[in-house]
Amino acid sequence: MTEHNVRNFNINFGPQHPAAHGVLRLVLELDGEIVERVDPHIGLLHRGTEKLIEAKTYLQALPYFDRLDYVAPMNQEHSYCLAVEKLLGIQVPIRGQLIRVLYSEIGRILSHLLNVTTQAMDVGALTPPLWGFEEREKLMVFYERASGARMHAAYFRPGGVHQDLPQDLVEDIGKWCDEFPRALQDIHGLITDNRIFKQRNVDIGVVSLEDAWAWGFSGVMVRGSGAKWDLRKSQPYECYADLDFDIAIGKNGDCYDRYLIRMFEMEQSCKIMKQCVDRLLGDAKTGPVSSIDGKVVPPKRGEMKRSMEALIHHFKLYTEGFHVPEGEVYAAVEAPKGEFGVYLVSDGTNKPYRCKIRAPGYAHLQAMDFLCRGHQLADVSAVLGSLDIVFGEVDR
Amino acid sequence: MSEALNDFAAYVNEARPGLVASSAIAYDELTLNTTPESLIALLTFLRDDVQARYVNLVDIAGVDWPKRARRFDVVYHLLSPSQNARIRVKVQCGEDEAVPSACAVYPGADWFEREAWDLYGILFTGHPDLRRILTDYGFEGHPLRKDFPLTGFVEVRYDDGAKRVVYEPVQLRQEFRNFDFLSPWEGTDYVLPGDEKAKV
Repeated sequence: MTEHNVRNFNINFGPQHPAAHGVLRLVLELDGEIVERVDPHIGLLHRGTEKLIEAKTYLQALPYFDRLDYVAPMNQEHSYCLAVEKLLGIQVPIRGQLIRVLYSEIGRILSHLLNVTTQAMDVGALTPPLWGFEEREKLMVFYERASGARMHAAYFRPGGVHQDLPQDLVEDIGKWCDEFPRALQDIHGLITDNRIFKQRNVDIGVVSLEDAWAWGFSGVMVRGSGAKWDLRKSQPYECYADLDFDIAIGKNGDCYDRYLIRMFEMEQSCKIMKQCVDRLLGDAKTGPVSSIDGKVVPPKRGEMKRSMEALIHHFKLYTEGFHVPEGEVYAAVEAPKGEFGVYLVSDGTNKPYRCKIRAPGYAHLQAMDFLCRGHQLADVSAVLGSLDIVFGEVDR
Repeated sequence: MSEALNDFAAYVNEARPGLVASSAIAYDELTLNTTPESLIALLTFLRDDVQARYVNLVDIAGVDWPKRARRFDVVYHLLSPSQNARIRVKVQCGEDEAVPSACAVYPGADWFEREAWDLYGILFTGHPDLRRILTDYGFEGHPLRKDFPLTGFVEVRYDDGAKRVVYEPVQLRQEFRNFDFLSPWEGTDYVLPGDEKAKV
């Protein structure tokens, strides 16, 4: 047989592909079924968040953070609030910190539930997302009961949180924490030992720790490769230092390890939430939920009815906003997808001069070429699923 | 905390004199200012030195200061997992100057540099593939520059007659209003005539 001149085949993956987790366009160069090159085209959801933030006051800029990683909105707000608080030098009271941690962990479970179940969907299973979304629905109700919005909460504010939680809400979250491990066991039963899921994920997308660091990975992506690294443990913020939880690390750095870590983290998040609920009903039952600095945090409605000063503060904070001293800070949180950071430059006015959003998914997605090269075409969606990409934060 | 940072800044200066132009510590964060010429040497040193091991490139951000002679800051955030420390490296560059690409030191710098090019027009020499990344195909201008208007220049719509998406100059029904609420809220220091005598 004569040798034919075989040409590599280019295909477009997305931007409307269900396994692309949003609007991702991948240009794949294939040799048969082997991926030779991946060129992700992103920016289809680019909204110019950073530019818009520069034109808003510090408080008005906050809701943009909900719209980044819209699967776990409050974790993003958290990072921004920490940056502003660092510049202002204000402290959050313990009740406020506990509420923040409680809702950050709810966000983590929201995100991981979506990710592990859709990762299963990407490789062919349909039931897990339906089961996972039932729990997500309950968590979103908790979001709604705290902030009035199911997703775009704008609940964390510089200085603390917007409103106190009603006691029955805290109790209901506590009850949910008791029930959730069973739901998690069900999902475990569906996916963890599933033959097809394992065939599609074990030894796929293997990344060594050295590569993981060099590519700018963070969060589950480095823990999967064996790094003992979690910002909640290694650079604790809020009251994470007082809470008891474990982190899991992987051995092989493949998609399956990352899945297992996410499942373990949900268990631990549930444990953290339980501790927060106990403290919110126990020693931190009463007390302020946000800083009492009247120059930053708006006064409560009741105060405004009686105090002239509170009324003036309210008016000034919602028109001009507060001024932030000149300087630059970088604040990061362990968001569900990795290290979410905000680099904030202030020029001393009421608007951020520059607000660079460091999204974990952005660094992860750029390694698609590195991760998929030499894999089969079908592995692309498995790798993409385990990277945990959400386009709100990648495109900004 | 800041003592350790001070020590580290002194250590870098000692080990590689001349690489760091100046250093500053604010909010428990160490910033090293350097020049485009010594940037790559500094990043390589920070990555490989046993006392540093800043192996993780967290972020590259551009900042625009239009009033300055060299208007851009390129800000690198690095993380050292073994030392559990963060560091910030800053380089100034002008509109027609270029910064050497860090892709050879950190492969993860690729997209961050493309982003800085796209949004600010900062040129990186030696970058393997310096294309636009976040903005539209065929976009003109660098939107995060301070002199780029918030409302932009073009808008898109689907033209039913032409059966395709068309780009048109942006038309605002109402002019963009920038409510500038800046005020000396805490009161200004009015010097009342005669007050200066009271202190003498």
